[in-house]
Amino acid sequence: MEGIKDPQSSYLSIKNLWKSFGSFTALKDVSLDIKEGEFVCFLGPSGCGKTTLLRAIAGLDLQTSGAVVQGGKDISNFPASERDYGIVFQSYALFPNLTIEKNIAFGLENTGRSKSEINERVSELLDLIGLPDQGPKYPAQLSGGQQQRIALARAIASGPGLLLLDEPLSALDAKVRVYLRHEIKTLQQKLGVTTIMVTHDQEEALSMADRIVVMNEGKVEQIGTPNEVYCKPETLFVADFIGEMTQFRGTISGKSLVKVGNTELNMVEHRFSQGREVSITIRPEDIIPLGAKLPAKSGKNVFSAQLVEMEFLGSFWRCKLKSDEFPEALVTADFSVNAVRRLSIEPNQILWIELPSESILAFDFQAA
Amino acid sequence: MNSANIDNTVVRPKGSVKAKLSRDDIIMRGGMIVIALYLVISLVFPLYSMFSKSFSTFQYDLSKFEVQVSDDAGQFSPEITNLQNLNEGLKVIPDEELSTGSGGRLGATIFFPDFSFRSPVMYRIRNVDGQGRFLVGSTLMTGTDWQEMDSNTFRRVQLRPVRSTGLSNFINYFSTPALFKSIQNSIFIAIISTIITVILAFWFAYALNRSCMRFKGFFRLIAMAPILVPSLLPGIALVYLFGAQGVIKGLLFGASIYGPIGIIIGSVFFTFPHAFLIISTALAISDARLYEAAISLKASPWKTFWTVTIPGARYGIISAAFVVFNLVITDFGLPKVIGGQFNVLAVDIYKQVIGQQNFEMGAVVSVVLIIPAILAFAIDRVVQSKQVALLTARSVPFNPKPSSRADFIFTIYCGLVGLFIIGMLGICQFAALIKFWPYDLSLSLNNYQFDKMDGGGWGAYYNSIKMALLTALIGTCVIFFGAYLVEKSSGFKTGRAIFQMFAMLPMAIPGMVLGLAYIFFFNNPENPLHIVYGTMAILVICTVTHFYTVSHLTAVTALKQMDSEFESVSASLKQPTFKLFSRVTVPVCLPAILDIAIYLFVNAMTTVSAVVFLYSPKTSLASIAVLNMDDAGDIAPAAAMGMMIFYTNIFARVIHLILSKGVLRRTQAWRSSN
Repeated sequence: MEGIKDPQSSYLSIKNLWKSFGSFTALKDVSLDIKEGEFVCFLGPSGCGKTTLLRAIAGLDLQTSGAVVQGGKDISNFPASERDYGIVFQSYALFPNLTIEKNIAFGLENTGRSKSEINERVSELLDLIGLPDQGPKYPAQLSGGQQQRIALARAIASGPGLLLLDEPLSALDAKVRVYLRHEIKTLQQKLGVTTIMVTHDQEEALSMADRIVVMNEGKVEQIGTPNEVYCKPETLFVADFIGEMTQFRGTISGKSLVKVGNTELNMVEHRFSQGREVSITIRPEDIIPLGAKLPAKSGKNVFSAQLVEMEFLGSFWRCKLKSDEFPEALVTADFSVNAVRRLSIEPNQILWIELPSESILAFDFQAA
Repeated sequence: MNSANIDNTVVRPKGSVKAKLSRDDIIMRGGMIVIALYLVISLVFPLYSMFSKSFSTFQYDLSKFEVQVSDDAGQFSPEITNLQNLNEGLKVIPDEELSTGSGGRLGATIFFPDFSFRSPVMYRIRNVDGQGRFLVGSTLMTGTDWQEMDSNTFRRVQLRPVRSTGLSNFINYFSTPALFKSIQNSIFIAIISTIITVILAFWFAYALNRSCMRFKGFFRLIAMAPILVPSLLPGIALVYLFGAQGVIKGLLFGASIYGPIGIIIGSVFFTFPHAFLIISTALAISDARLYEAAISLKASPWKTFWTVTIPGARYGIISAAFVVFNLVITDFGLPKVIGGQFNVLAVDIYKQVIGQQNFEMGAVVSVVLIIPAILAFAIDRVVQSKQVALLTARSVPFNPKPSSRADFIFTIYCGLVGLFIIGMLGICQFAALIKFWPYDLSLSLNNYQFDKMDGGGWGAYYNSIKMALLTALIGTCVIFFGAYLVEKSSGFKTGRAIFQMFAMLPMAIPGMVLGLAYIFFFNNPENPLHIVYGTMAILVICTVTHFYTVSHLTAVTALKQMDSEFESVSASLKQPTFKLFSRVTVPVCLPAILDIAIYLFVNAMTTVSAVVFLYSPKTSLASIAVLNMDDAGDIAPAAAMGMMIFYTNIFARVIHLILSKGVLRRTQAWRSSN
């Protein structure tokens, strides 16, 4: 995990957070820092503790131990109402009997603002979320996506220092979700508000976040930019959870060599000692198809394999390859439509493929 | 960094973060404690007093008293006589008659067969130790000094019993066959009534949910009518129908309506709506897909009925059975009116307390009555929790298909049940308007001159309305607010669990038992709350508590349907919870709140059992007036008053309907949208 390089730049610090529900431990020693204006996603499978962490930050379910520091102030045991944040839930939680305007104005009242100031702010927010004429309607009269934008407007109305989004897009259908993804990201950049979003959808996290916190079983697996967690996963879990990959069992046989099945693979330099058992992964899109004939000029890690299965997924083909070199498992490879056409790849043919050494990653061995 | 390493090296530090409470947290916990205290005072303490009373025994301990008797000249011989020895010689009082109640007094002269208050003989009496107590006139003597007095004063010496704790009240109870028989009687009528009611209500609900017969709305309305009258009223109706001068007494072939027959018919009448409602709900949620599957499998209607319909409604049927059983076994009004010599537990409590002033025995019968009531309640709760699970399943609503023959049979059936209900109410109204049954059938309003009868007159009627309004108002506020606090506050888990338990308890406590427990608790002069005894306040408190559980569950159900994150959102917006409560929670839950209010109002109008021990001459109620007028033989005025309650409740329901439909349409515009 990243240490604090410059304490001034850290807006929110989570320090050694633990949370237990009876004998179940939902958070295990979680620490992280979030910089001002950053968009951070908590990503993980259900039950990994990401929502528990968010609720601890919000003061809705207090952690068992550990500290939360926001803007230099230790708010570890503060009640929700004394913290500085706005929150959006998956269920929107719009007040059904209040109009859209009244919903947005709810948090602006009792804050010393005059009626006209409140009205002005509400219409400003309605403009901001692109729903300028919906003020007098009731929530039930709007679509799910519109309701979610209203919930967002209500959360940011009084200009909180922190915006918390708890699976905000999960209840929406696919098209609206992609649209709102973009919408929320743009809004966040415009406002510059530090934002934490909880999601189990990796695509959502990869496309929206400045940094992703990948969580599993109550622990932080990795913190990094979308590119880092995708291309340089630090644990097998991260490699497996984000994106597709094929996993082999291997034994370290050299400084940049690993023995897999009946062959030896070249890879970049690793940290493992000789003879160590490891899990080897490669992503399907990294596998390069070379064609039916072995080209004259070919690199390392080139094998022939039988194409046992081809599945058309629109922009690419997902292929399962069987090779005598790796009898243990089928290799999954994604070939672009273009490459398949160019190399006239067909089901059941024998195909030469290359596994680029920089795409091969090694982790402590875990049974797949 | 590798996560696997963290797991091995880091152990969770000891201790935990203590939450800093916000102002809202403190207010909500404070509110919950206040309402929990209300339940403790209005329920737990009285019940405790009652239990401890049932184990209190009072006995004259004759060995604690010593006497000396002088000769005619007033000279005392040195001989000291212990009363116990005296009694052993004389056998004036057999040992088993030495037990008594808390108010027991025993004249000392009984031990002196030749006593004459004119004789010049002087008497001395003293307590052997600090435990003995006796009265001279109204002065209590607790000391061990000799009290010397002439025979005229000695006439006024009364021995007081010693209190001890033990099971002897219960032993006494179970060895008195007349009392013991009541258990058998109560269970007998409860079981028979339950079987009849559940069968009748099942087919009625089946007809309304699963057939295409006409007039469903009308029949539904009729089925609910008995809920609007006190359980005394069917008793009175039965007197007019089958009593000594009954209209159709011939139908009984000489059997008497006073006794089990009357109680069972009346019980079926007043428990019918409860059973109908529960079973109807169960039948309404059945899944059409199961019936389609049954048809496609070529199952006969008979087989489909037993394999699909009955299993689908079984929780409803079981639940209805226990609710009816509980209502019948705890009911007091009906067996009081129509029971005759057939004793049941609830009436025994009344007889012991009001008739014989034997409070300890009343408490013992109460404890006996609580056992089946709590059992039935507990089983019903378990069954209901399973019913909920069934409700959440996704199902396709069942749409009955018309069948002229079945629809005709169901219409006839519902017509007969409807006739039974309307007939019972109609005969009461008819009798109330008759000059002198059965000799002068001309119409008159004489029976409405309540002020000329025993029971409290029109004042009692107005008291009832006042009490019902206060109960509805205060009860709705307390119960809804309590449910909100327990449902929507955060943390404080143990406190909330205890509160939930208190809120469920009243349903298991029969009204008679609650009323008697109130006597023990509130009529104790040492209790500072003694001041409410005999006032309107105690009637309202008792009634709110008596009907707390159902109202609480209604409120909880409504609150559970609200998004659980509203409180979180409001807190994040830094708004006080009270604002959310008044601007969102209450408006959204308004239909449920109105339902609670009407439920409390109707029940406060009709309740007899709990308040029969608690009214004073100034606070008599309409339902009590029905009881007392019937007791005094003024049956026609009793019927008239009973029907006044009926019309008042109809009026209240109409107001409720107008409020629900009219006012809600304006405040809940958001509901109809979309």
